[in-house]
Amino acid sequence: MVTAPFPQFNIQNGDDLTRNVRPLLYEIRHALQDLLETGESRVVDLRSIPLAPGEEEKLINLLGCGEVVVKLEALGLSEIYETQYPGVWLVTHFNTDSSIIGRFVEITLIPEILKAQQEDMKDSLLQLDEALLSGDDREVV
Amino acid sequence: MKKHITEAEPIGDDDTLGAALRRQGVSRRSFLKFCAATASMMALPPSMVPAIAKALERAKRPSVIWLSFQECTGCTESLTRAHTATVESLIFDSISLDYHHTLQAAAGHAAEEAREAAMRENFGKYLLVIDGSIPVGNPGYSTIAGISNLDMLLETAKGAAAIIPVGTCAAYGGIPQADPNPTGAASVADLITDKPIINVPGCPPIPVVITGVLTHFLTFGTLPELDQLGRPKAFYGQSIHDRCYRRPFYDKGQFAETFDDEGARKGWCLYKLGCKGPTSYNACATTKWNGGTSFPIESGHPCLGCSEPKFWDGGSFYKALSIPTTEVARDALYAGAAAIAVGSALGMKNRASSKQAKAEHQKVSVDDLNKED
Repeated sequence: MVTAPFPQFNIQNGDDLTRNVRPLLYEIRHALQDLLETGESRVVDLRSIPLAPGEEEKLINLLGCGEVVVKLEALGLSEIYETQYPGVWLVTHFNTDSSIIGRFVEITLIPEILKAQQEDMKDSLLQLDEALLSGDDREVV
Repeated sequence: MKKHITEAEPIGDDDTLGAALRRQGVSRRSFLKFCAATASMMALPPSMVPAIAKALERAKRPSVIWLSFQECTGCTESLTRAHTATVESLIFDSISLDYHHTLQAAAGHAAEEAREAAMRENFGKYLLVIDGSIPVGNPGYSTIAGISNLDMLLETAKGAAAIIPVGTCAAYGGIPQADPNPTGAASVADLITDKPIINVPGCPPIPVVITGVLTHFLTFGTLPELDQLGRPKAFYGQSIHDRCYRRPFYDKGQFAETFDDEGARKGWCLYKLGCKGPTSYNACATTKWNGGTSFPIESGHPCLGCSEPKFWDGGSFYKALSIPTTEVARDALYAGAAAIAVGSALGMKNRASSKQAKAEHQKVSVDDLNKED
């Protein structure tokens, strides 16, 4: 069977359209310099930037993956990893249906969401006390 | 600790969102993740996450009455297909949708009683959401439970804290008002002048823009900053054209002339095919549709300008805007593809105007953040 050639559109081909990846890399570079010099963190919301098809993937590929990879289970999965550039993190939040609800480049020592939170630690202190005081757990101590 | 919210837990009238979430076993870390997604949804900078967390913790459950007049239900379809299910469910667990005749189970007198009860109990405090235009020519064109749309709007608006017309029909009259406007369709703002009105136009509006505006009110208890057409600047502050990834082609004078020429294949600017991006203000180019997948221009079709008043009567969707909106547009048309130097100068000019637009693009006021209770 002979099929007519389908017209080729390259609107899905980011490389020919992109102009935003380089400026974004510059922004990340300047944020990293600020982090080094003043300790100030910065977050770039990738949803707030007009990106052509393929540009987000291109940026993510250029940033690469570094030494730290973390998975978070909090109201759906979150994938957090340090890129090949230490101090530059990629944070992707999914909902419980595995749809992306937010994607951020964080230029920071450690993303805020990874730190244990005061409220949660207060709860865990109570829970630990309860476990220690209950008879069943006494032999554990 | 992980907990997936699968069903709404009722929140008491005096309860705050923060307390309700803690009772459901949602950790602080989960709450912060929710706030990060919410900031992104409300088009607020990530640096505002702590402020949003603080405000959301204190947020109380508002009553929402949703009235549908001359409409196609596309706006409700859009809202219920919002793709950030977790975030929406948390928000809608924390509002009390007391009347929505498409979604509610009650019908007839029971439904109308629910509306009247919600109005009585929350007088002066409820949010009124409207989709569809209101026929004022002959009220018989559209009635609910024998009550004309106009009477229902005027009665329900009395006790509303604010009114949110959702969709272009409610905001500006939309398709029902298109020439020759057989029903005498009017917008909400044509009929109500003594209440705060936040227009959320679009045919339909982007789902997260609807929820974003509701969330703003829930979070800060104040109205977002509006443009001259009553739209929140956070979502409608910049034109499709200014945020379009195909803008560089416009600046270089590279246009698709037909839907199947070389320019169309290469993804060049659709201005000459009738794109209304330069005169349309909406968030499509950044927020996009279907969970951030794409938007009309990315699919190769010009913008119809559906978030603008009278978009249906603006001539053919496929006729180029007759008068370029800015000098930049005129310059680019005359310069064409040949002059690269001119192109780059225009690029600089555009960057300057974009910078100015950004400077004027205030998203939330200091008052919003400092608001106590």
